[in-house]
Amino acid sequence: MKFKNTHKDHQVTDESIYQSRRKLIKAGLLGAAGLAASPAFSLTLPTTTDKNERFVIDEITREKDATTYNNFYEFGLSKSDPAENAHTLKTEPWTLEIGGLCEVQGKLDLQNLVNGINVEERIYRMRCVEAWSMIIPWMGFKLADLIKMCKPLSSAKYVYFETLYDPKQMPGQNGRSIPWPYREGLRMDEAMNELTLMAVGMYGKELPNQNGAPLRLVVPWKYGFKGIKSIVKMKFLDQQPVNSWQAIAPQEYGFYANVNPEVDHPRWSQATERRITGGFSLFNSRIDTQMFNGYGDYVADLYNGMDLTRYY
Amino acid sequence: MNRYLTAVKAALFLLLLVPFVLIILDGVQDNLTADPIEEILHRTGLWSLRILLITLLMTPLKVLTGSALFIRLRRMLGLFTFFYASMHLLVYVWLDLGLDWAHFFEDVIERPYITVGMLAWLLMLPMAITSNRHMVRKLGQKWKRLHQSIYLVIGLGCLHFLWLVKSDVTEPLIYTGIGLTLLLFRIIHHKHVQRKARIAQSSRS
Repeated sequence: MKFKNTHKDHQVTDESIYQSRRKLIKAGLLGAAGLAASPAFSLTLPTTTDKNERFVIDEITREKDATTYNNFYEFGLSKSDPAENAHTLKTEPWTLEIGGLCEVQGKLDLQNLVNGINVEERIYRMRCVEAWSMIIPWMGFKLADLIKMCKPLSSAKYVYFETLYDPKQMPGQNGRSIPWPYREGLRMDEAMNELTLMAVGMYGKELPNQNGAPLRLVVPWKYGFKGIKSIVKMKFLDQQPVNSWQAIAPQEYGFYANVNPEVDHPRWSQATERRITGGFSLFNSRIDTQMFNGYGDYVADLYNGMDLTRYY
Repeated sequence: MNRYLTAVKAALFLLLLVPFVLIILDGVQDNLTADPIEEILHRTGLWSLRILLITLLMTPLKVLTGSALFIRLRRMLGLFTFFYASMHLLVYVWLDLGLDWAHFFEDVIERPYITVGMLAWLLMLPMAITSNRHMVRKLGQKWKRLHQSIYLVIGLGCLHFLWLVKSDVTEPLIYTGIGLTLLLFRIIHHKHVQRKARIAQSSRS
């Protein structure tokens, strides 16, 4: 994959790596380098990826941690499995199928889509339902921009997503931990919210397979499992879809899955979280979890008048 | 026999320390995943359960081989079970919760997998305290009854594991299966011994 970094602030990536990447970009070799690191990938991102100054956080989770500690059951149940097994996923070419209640239907080539859409960098907090959290610099486009291109009908109230189903590429799908493929959904206003991102990269480079390459959802005010990975299908619906974890254990996981310190998961208190900011420290004491993961200013209005203990 | 036993015990002691040493080495080298506390919790819990199953394997091994050696190793194995379980509890209360006792009591009361885990540790505590020779002699028959609570501990330990897993219960089911097999062996063996005793009695009369 190839793309130019134009932002000046390099705090996200180690300075030396960043500089060497710049040289590679200048020499036009980054594509080849990227290919060597992950042979399946060659998505080219747009040449200008601006850093969105409104979403900057200083203390970032180490790239090593964010790319080796993943819940992606398609590649195994342990958090170290995806980094070890996800190389079998072929992400190029990649098509996104658009369907349901919208005017523009059919298959969209991801490369073409990325060529014609504004990709930017945003640093978001990510809170897992298991009560740990990371801070990750994503590269992506607003889901709202894609939705507008699809011209949804007024009857479309929800957006539904599916992960690739291919047990050959995703060996975990041979097991029965989840009814495959993985499914997720958002209410239309959530999907159109300016925070909602379709990520195609992180840490200034291509999205690693284990993090959901080549296209994943990022909804920072919701628990991490809403961030469906390796998306192949997007559909507009008039009824609320059932997301995978809700299907597995409806008393534990809801459709909304908004980060909420006041509503506990039966197995984890959600009042606090272990923030993974990297470096070895046994004394990472917990920090308080914020309502909507600290994004209440952007999203609290979406849930006015809703009983969030019922719609968890 | 005595020197042989001492050597076996020393080797076993060192072997049982390996998981602990590995945690420290991995910790120093930043190899405890992105979430070291979670990883240490996982490893200590798993080793406690594994060593508990090995402890329960000693009686069947003695019955099958006729060698009393295995019974001599039982105490050390039991104490290591308790050691890893205590590490598990300590890491959870101290490193994870930061000694937030309100959070701790809420967890114990509201989350069933923590309730049974805590119960298992509390049952192990008196066994660990009375594991020395002096207490064995002092308590006599009572000691045996007290230490039979190990069967309850294995049940609670497996439940703890089963209830904390999110979706795929294969791994905890394997441990539960091994635990049940070890218990079943005892039941069958006990019945067998009783029958033999009955036969011996009736042939005498």
